[in-house]
Amino acid sequence: MAQEHMRTVRLHDIAHARAGDKGNRSNISLIPYRAATYEILLEQVTEKRVLELFSNKGASNVIRYELPNLPALNFVIDDVLEGGVNSALNLDQHGKTLSFLLLTLSVEVPVTLTV
Amino acid sequence: MVPSVVNIGCGAGFSGDRVDAAMPVVETLANKEGPKYLIFETLAERTLALAQKHRRKDPTHGYSPFLENYIRPILKKCYETDIKIVSNFGAANPKGAAMKISEIADQLGCKNIKIAVVEGDDLLQIMSSQDIQNYPTIEGLEIGDNEVVAANVYLGARPIAEALSRGADVVVVGRCTDPALVLGPLVKEFGWGEDDWINLATGTMAGHLLECGGQVTGAYFADPGYKDVPDLANVGFPIAEVANDGSLIITKADNTGGLVSAQTVKEQLLYEIHDPENYFTADVILDISKVKVLEVGPDRVKVTGARGKQRPDTLKATVSIDGGWMGEAEMSYAGPNALKRAQLAIDVLKSRCRDIKTNNPIRFDIVGTMSVHSGDNEDTTNTHKYPDDGDYRIRIATCGHDKEIVERVNQEMLSLYCSGPAAGGGFRQHLTDQVQTASILVDRNKILPKVHFLTDYA
Repeated sequence: MAQEHMRTVRLHDIAHARAGDKGNRSNISLIPYRAATYEILLEQVTEKRVLELFSNKGASNVIRYELPNLPALNFVIDDVLEGGVNSALNLDQHGKTLSFLLLTLSVEVPVTLTV
Repeated sequence: MVPSVVNIGCGAGFSGDRVDAAMPVVETLANKEGPKYLIFETLAERTLALAQKHRRKDPTHGYSPFLENYIRPILKKCYETDIKIVSNFGAANPKGAAMKISEIADQLGCKNIKIAVVEGDDLLQIMSSQDIQNYPTIEGLEIGDNEVVAANVYLGARPIAEALSRGADVVVVGRCTDPALVLGPLVKEFGWGEDDWINLATGTMAGHLLECGGQVTGAYFADPGYKDVPDLANVGFPIAEVANDGSLIITKADNTGGLVSAQTVKEQLLYEIHDPENYFTADVILDISKVKVLEVGPDRVKVTGARGKQRPDTLKATVSIDGGWMGEAEMSYAGPNALKRAQLAIDVLKSRCRDIKTNNPIRFDIVGTMSVHSGDNEDTTNTHKYPDDGDYRIRIATCGHDKEIVERVNQEMLSLYCSGPAAGGGFRQHLTDQVQTASILVDRNKILPKVHFLTDYA
């Protein structure tokens, strides 16, 4: 892969996502449009990067679950909902919009897979 | 005789869902062979606490306020075409909901309709508020000494199956797991045993895919140019076809918009799931980690590979306590130098709020620069990448138990009309009665769900 031409894209270009809430914890699925890009997500969308992305909202921990047969990843992010649906002062009390915050992360993708 | 396929459609996925979504599902189901069911899921976590408050004010209330809107358009057709209805319309008053449905059935001429009520989810019926306070919290805040407004256990599929086996045309539940609305009919039709983990897992997965209505059929999915959805305005609601061998197909109502694709199913499969190997329900621990989805026809997706593990010995319960008040207020600034005026308005608000001397949390947003993706304490002056000219809306939000203080914060936004920067307009405010929730685990042996028919109460 190292020899291939790489391009930087946002996750939004290669994957889709949906967020759900339980208490002060959000889960965000990350699903590649093409199964071939799953490996890229595995390599580059790490727990550490996701924790960093959500740190401004108070995220304290991220666990990434892998579902190779779909394929998809599932991120469980603790303490990211400003208290959760019953106490958050954020307009988006459920964190429904956070799926598209995840999709702003940039990744390096072989040019052949960005089409 | 055990049927080869059971068809289950969903008419609502949350308490505010469309009331006209169920009819196309009913019309599609009516043409299908085999047993047919329609479910409505209308009970979010905190909805029940609000319902409990309504019931305290009026003992005939406390069920889904939208019940009639959902039931009236479809009840007669369902009754005539043998489509059974299963729903958690009951909220804090399943019997009240059943009586309302009976009244509607009478008006529509559905003679001898059998309406069953599942009771036993209300913990306050079997233990005191103090007993409940003593349980450790597994999710949400500590209950402490706060008065318990509502406490309800998530019941499983068994009592629903029992009600159906005893001939119910309509089953009304208060709190049950959302997937149980689907699993109940499957258990009844296929006779799946209490330890038939693999089939219970498949039925639970079917329920999980259906419980949010259109979220599996192209709703809450569209992203123009990336994920396009045909005729989203008329998105069709889902139907699951479950076979006796545990195979599952997700499709949708005929002659509707939306779509069922591998992508729509994957998004809903993972919705509100944490560890994919351990999704705890009252009936089974569902493992979806090896699930595969396959498009087998237009708007038809086959879902395979659900696995199940022995159900937990405890049942989850949601406990609601009074959560005080939330105040929100907004004002717009637009045109030349709008952002600077918005920021000055926030400076003024911050200064005025300091004078209120409250420890209540207060949040400030400038919608158009930073809001939903920002944290509670972000710097509203850090907006250099946004133009000074524009159309911005500032927002203040606070919460607390002292209503007067919460109202005073809102009042500070209102006062900007005459005392703030130039040309603030479009003030709006909300004051919301809040409920806080916590989750506890209760020994399942303590919970004894009961099925009653409306005629039993007479």
